[in-house]
Amino acid sequence: MIKRDLVIIGGGSAGMAAAIEAKKNGIDDILILEKDSVLGGILNQCIHNGFGLTEFKEELTGPEYLSRFANQVDELGIEYKLDSLVLDVSENRLVTYSNAHDGVVTIEAKAIIFATGCYERGPGAIQLAGDRCSGIITAGTAQKYLNIHGFLVGKRIVILGSGDIGLIMARRMTLEGAKVLCVSEIMPYSNGLNRNIAQCLNDYNIPLYLSHSVLRVEGKKGRVEKVVLAAVDDKMKFIPGTEMEFECDTLLLSVGLVPYVSLLDKLHADMSSTRGAKVNDQLMTSIPGIFSCGNCLHVHDVVDFVTDEGRDAGRGAANYIKGLSNKQKHLEVKPGNGVSYVIPQFIETDLNNDITFKFRVRKPIQNVFVNFSSGEELVHKVYKQVLIPSEMVMIKISKEKLTNVKDEIVVSIKERE
Amino acid sequence: MLDVLIIGAGVTGSFIARKLSQYQLSVLLLDKENDVGNVTSNANSAIIHSGYDPLPGTLKAKLNVRGNQMFDDIARELDVHFKRVGSLTVAINDEQMNMLADLVKRSKENGVPASLLTKEEVLRMEPHISKEVKGALLAPTAGVIDPFNLVVHCVENAVDNGVKLHLNEEVIDIKNNSDYFLVKTNKEEYQSKVVINAAGLYSDKIASMIEEIDWKLIPRKGEYFVLDHYDVGLVNHTIFPLPSIKGKGVLVSMTSSNNYIVGPSSEPNDDVDDVSTDSYTLSEIRRQATELVPDIPFNQVIRVFSGNRPTSTRHDFIIESAKSSKFFINVAGIESPGLVSSPAIAEYVFENFISKLFNLVKKENYNPCVKKYHVLNDMDVHSRNEIIAKNPEFGKIVCSCEKISLGEIKELLSRSVPPKTVKGVKRRCRAGFGKCQGGFCSPLVTLILAKHYGLSPLDIKWDKDQSNILVEEVKKL
Repeated sequence: MIKRDLVIIGGGSAGMAAAIEAKKNGIDDILILEKDSVLGGILNQCIHNGFGLTEFKEELTGPEYLSRFANQVDELGIEYKLDSLVLDVSENRLVTYSNAHDGVVTIEAKAIIFATGCYERGPGAIQLAGDRCSGIITAGTAQKYLNIHGFLVGKRIVILGSGDIGLIMARRMTLEGAKVLCVSEIMPYSNGLNRNIAQCLNDYNIPLYLSHSVLRVEGKKGRVEKVVLAAVDDKMKFIPGTEMEFECDTLLLSVGLVPYVSLLDKLHADMSSTRGAKVNDQLMTSIPGIFSCGNCLHVHDVVDFVTDEGRDAGRGAANYIKGLSNKQKHLEVKPGNGVSYVIPQFIETDLNNDITFKFRVRKPIQNVFVNFSSGEELVHKVYKQVLIPSEMVMIKISKEKLTNVKDEIVVSIKERE
Repeated sequence: MLDVLIIGAGVTGSFIARKLSQYQLSVLLLDKENDVGNVTSNANSAIIHSGYDPLPGTLKAKLNVRGNQMFDDIARELDVHFKRVGSLTVAINDEQMNMLADLVKRSKENGVPASLLTKEEVLRMEPHISKEVKGALLAPTAGVIDPFNLVVHCVENAVDNGVKLHLNEEVIDIKNNSDYFLVKTNKEEYQSKVVINAAGLYSDKIASMIEEIDWKLIPRKGEYFVLDHYDVGLVNHTIFPLPSIKGKGVLVSMTSSNNYIVGPSSEPNDDVDDVSTDSYTLSEIRRQATELVPDIPFNQVIRVFSGNRPTSTRHDFIIESAKSSKFFINVAGIESPGLVSSPAIAEYVFENFISKLFNLVKKENYNPCVKKYHVLNDMDVHSRNEIIAKNPEFGKIVCSCEKISLGEIKELLSRSVPPKTVKGVKRRCRAGFGKCQGGFCSPLVTLILAKHYGLSPLDIKWDKDQSNILVEEVKKL
């Protein structure tokens, strides 16, 4: 059996950062397994700019951003295998992968980091009503066709969902000569970043219909011919008489991303409401020695934060391999009022000088306090002017503040009086 | 001059073609679609029913029971995933318990093994079933099958044994010229001694081309949910409610690929080409299904679909020659249990009609088996590595959800009934069948098809001829 210290599944922004950080923390025997034929993951098809503002204080394209990390991977001599898909992971950390050169190989790893990214929800996941025709396509798949293979998936487009990839594709397809008729969002607020609403929709006069969804798709001949939108009420029920018909050839879906971790599901790791695994302050899952980071842990809106989380996992795995990360305590972190999830879900070591809590709010909210409480005791309180679901919130708390906290800590939103 | 022309390459026409391929006959199988088994055979519950449900004495009862017995051999010969998981028909109140007793009687009459289970027995076998359950009928011979490859491999086997297959040909007229039929399609004209109408949802239209008929189709649409195979153990059997006049009701079942299927609805649908889904019907299916299995994880739904049943006004299978000619055979109204009955229907058509019309000679080199497919997920590591050593493309995974290799996709393209569309690839090897529904792999599959057929990716279809995926090549980057 081949043995490695650290196997990283996925060579995108999370996986590369994890590898680089683990190497810097003294782990030499690292292998990255990447399913694609290049490193970088989904960034390869993100040819727009806006990446790296936090990491490098400059605006890079996706390929520029990823190449800075791919270069470091090469410079540090970190080994990676391309076109290599992981078929199976076992509880005792056996990783089985397949590629054309090696065949099917099993490696025994001291630690494993999942950095497998996320996938797009499609028409089935949202139970889209209407005909089963072509021309219904997720925004990321359309982006791959356009930016990697050089093909446009449609000329008259309706977009459902105001997720960032959909917004980016509204601009991108407009620039390639397609007509984007509108973006429809079922929620009363946008799910994309404000800068993308401004730069991708407003700048091109593309209307955004909030509280609207697709009533049905028509396309019995085989390709989308018409999309019918209608307004929804506050219970998300369609309101009769509000139908709007759009003759078009494409319905682009940007209706959410889901962590891509079926192998962790299969291992019965404890899973969170994000549909990623639950992790501790070292980003270790409930299975000892198996770590998770990036979009397969929870879907991020900014790649710089994915990179940062990858580094945390790389450090966590290095600590584990070096035998430093024995569990010293058990503090459960829970989402409270107005918060949909918090990462990490557990604090179990004293290895970090401070803990960054990452979470999202359930709906847009202004003029609030974020409270960190344990029972009756308020541990920490931060004022925030505006919080929106599409922007991940990060709040750092020093180790000292948490030293005496017992059992659990609840993160909740409280309106300022 | 053809001996037999079969209209419709659904599961019925395909099994008839395979049956006839044992004999020295010139047989042509026609379908208007660009792939075989692409309409009703493509959109159903994929259940090999035990046969307790059809009314005793009907063709449905007789052929269902016979068909069910044939499936172990068929699955082996045609290399199709098939599991006899058994079915449970569940009663959740006292009135339904009385109805179950009637069903036990009916299964005895039909010659189908079945037994009554107590509440405790049911809950022990199926812990996710509603605690309201009073009892259930266990029919151990029921099974689940891969309905897509059943038809594809059946036609492939028929073609390998000499049947001709013409796709994309729609029959537009048939003339009875006393010695033969003149069958006109959108492309060609054929002369055939015998015509078999296995045209599914269009069989009334085809039958009416030569004479007035005293039956008609009253299709009923069924919508479904498909769940990812995220975990096994939600249900281990096919779970049915008590049947009603509308059909067998909304079932919850595992599939031959360890997914779960929930459905179907049953609503009249005049427009046989309409396979849309609607949220009202889907929520109604959901309501009914959760009465039986309360904790179905609907957040694991990866697809919803619908199909139309070719229900006829006779409410039984119609397998008979035309009034005006014993050489024209209608095989119509093949709704549920059509899938399980199809090999028995082929046998019935052969014994009662074809064998009486020809002096038949068996082919010496007839082979009932298709050449085995390489399905890597079914192989152990050693055999996988052997095949990768011979052809490294079996090591390169294209579909990461279902773990389907480039080698497996290319192998499909080398067979006698190869896929032409992205959906055709999906139906055969499951590339694109997983949780991302082809989000990651469909561009790769499109390019593989384009390269193989020497076409531009712009010409590759998702399914039907007008279902192109791409519309324009942009300036080279």
